[in-house]
Amino acid sequence: MQLESMYQEIILDHYKNPHGRGLRDPFDAEVHHVNPTCGDEVTLRVKLDGDTVADVSYEGMGCSISQASVSAMYDLVVGKPVTEALETGEHFMTLMQAKGDPAVAEKLEDELEDAVAFAGVSKYPARIKCALMSWMALKDASARALSATGGNA
Amino acid sequence: MTATASRPGTGAQTPLPLDVEAIRADFPILGRTVRDGKRLVYLDSGATSQKPRQVLDAERWFYENVNAAPHRGAHQLAEEATGAYEEARATIGAFIGAPEREIVFTRNTTEAINLVAYALSNAATAKEPEFRTYAVGQGDEIVVTEMEHHADLVPWQQLCERTGATLRWLGLTDDGRLDLSDLATVVNERTKLVAVTQQSNILGTINPIAPIVERAHEVGALVLVDGAQSVPHQPVDVTELGADFLVFSGHKMLGPTGVGVLWGRYEVLDKLPPFLTGGSMIEVVRMEGSTFMPPPQRFEAGVPMTAQVIGLAAAVDYLQALGMDKVQAHEEAITGYALEKLAEIPGVTVIGPPDTVARGGAVSFTVEGIHPHDVGQVLDDLGIAVRVGHHCAWPVVRRYGVPATTRATFYVHTGYDDVDALADGIRAAQKFFGTV
Repeated sequence: MQLESMYQEIILDHYKNPHGRGLRDPFDAEVHHVNPTCGDEVTLRVKLDGDTVADVSYEGMGCSISQASVSAMYDLVVGKPVTEALETGEHFMTLMQAKGDPAVAEKLEDELEDAVAFAGVSKYPARIKCALMSWMALKDASARALSATGGNA
Repeated sequence: MTATASRPGTGAQTPLPLDVEAIRADFPILGRTVRDGKRLVYLDSGATSQKPRQVLDAERWFYENVNAAPHRGAHQLAEEATGAYEEARATIGAFIGAPEREIVFTRNTTEAINLVAYALSNAATAKEPEFRTYAVGQGDEIVVTEMEHHADLVPWQQLCERTGATLRWLGLTDDGRLDLSDLATVVNERTKLVAVTQQSNILGTINPIAPIVERAHEVGALVLVDGAQSVPHQPVDVTELGADFLVFSGHKMLGPTGVGVLWGRYEVLDKLPPFLTGGSMIEVVRMEGSTFMPPPQRFEAGVPMTAQVIGLAAAVDYLQALGMDKVQAHEEAITGYALEKLAEIPGVTVIGPPDTVARGGAVSFTVEGIHPHDVGQVLDDLGIAVRVGHHCAWPVVRRYGVPATTRATFYVHTGYDDVDALADGIRAAQKFFGTV
């Protein structure tokens, strides 16, 4: 079975025990993103403290990959400056475009921590969008939060 | 009948109506393997069907021997291409009991529906009075059902937005059937057109068309039947159907992609303005304006998808040689077996009618605790191709309170062994995700 390369233990752990799940107040921006090919959706809120991501809270329904991805993202970005959080998002995007190349995953290990486990997903083009949905939502929500709070990244 | 294609079990084996092994030999793609050497178990014919060699050969024959633009030019190839194209139209028409002049070739079902929807809004501003016969405008109503594929829903929403008409719909019952209890009020004297699918692409439900046609015609409304999932799988005769339009796609019935069919009653087609305009649909062109050919040419602008039409005629020949009654009986046997096998698996819920009464071979289901995408991924790893998601019928999955489903669809090459593989695959998914 090739399945284990996609469904790493870390991913299944995040899926079964998601970190930071639930919508919380207060927040500076809320976005709702859907994956039109499968109907998966996520509602995501961002709370900033100056230029730092103070909290990301979310609710959604979707496959194990999309749900684990948002949980791993929560761990990675909360407490970081917005610019750094968005840079991490860029690294994740690079990982998703790597077509399973282990060298790319190795290079990004420090930046992506648990999220590097998603490297296997990049071999399955139909599932990349599942992993990316929450990161797209974060990018969108951060931009809105910044303009709402008058900050800049 | 070989052992692999026969029904396993303790009792007497029920032989399938079609010789699955012989049919599989006609489909080159079924000979390939996927995901590291696994036999391809193709349960996604509802999305697009595989093509038998006879269809591929027909397209190749056309390109190697006849290729020219039909209805243009006076050379021998042009004559032969025109002949082959029109002969194919006759074959495809006869398949649904229609004369050639009522068969319009489109790109697919989606385009056929858009053709009608745009003709109805174009009618309002047509300069020819007879083209205004079926014009849709403010105060008019279009009726669809909650079961429609997006292709038979969104074009009607858009028609209403363009014209100021109102969209209404018939709902669904909990067991996956059309709720016709309010048919007489939803379809009323303001209704201009009723669009309904003959077989749901997600629930498998086969809808009763007769009462809908009867009510619609009582109030002077047109009826369009979406046959994308019925024409490939059961005998359909337009006279028996009684509707005004029937639309279907070639690629879901063993034919090539890029060709679909709009059948329309001639007297209705004749009063519709064109949708796409340009070459070969015109009668006379002057700088000041143009006049148009009668149907079907009026609706076939530009050089048509000739090779695909010829491939579709070969697909029709292939299906007719099997016999559409047998095709239907075969799929019913497979569907019954699949419903039985799925019912044996704890945590699996079928979305749609629970038995084979008025039901075709599209079986959608959920697996408790596992998202359809993940079910599909495990099945794919075992070489089993299914569809996951909302199946372009988002309101249907919403109606049944699930975000998405996994869907298996069957066709002439499906055997009991494919269904067994599916059932084993679902169990493997449950094991992998630890839900049992």
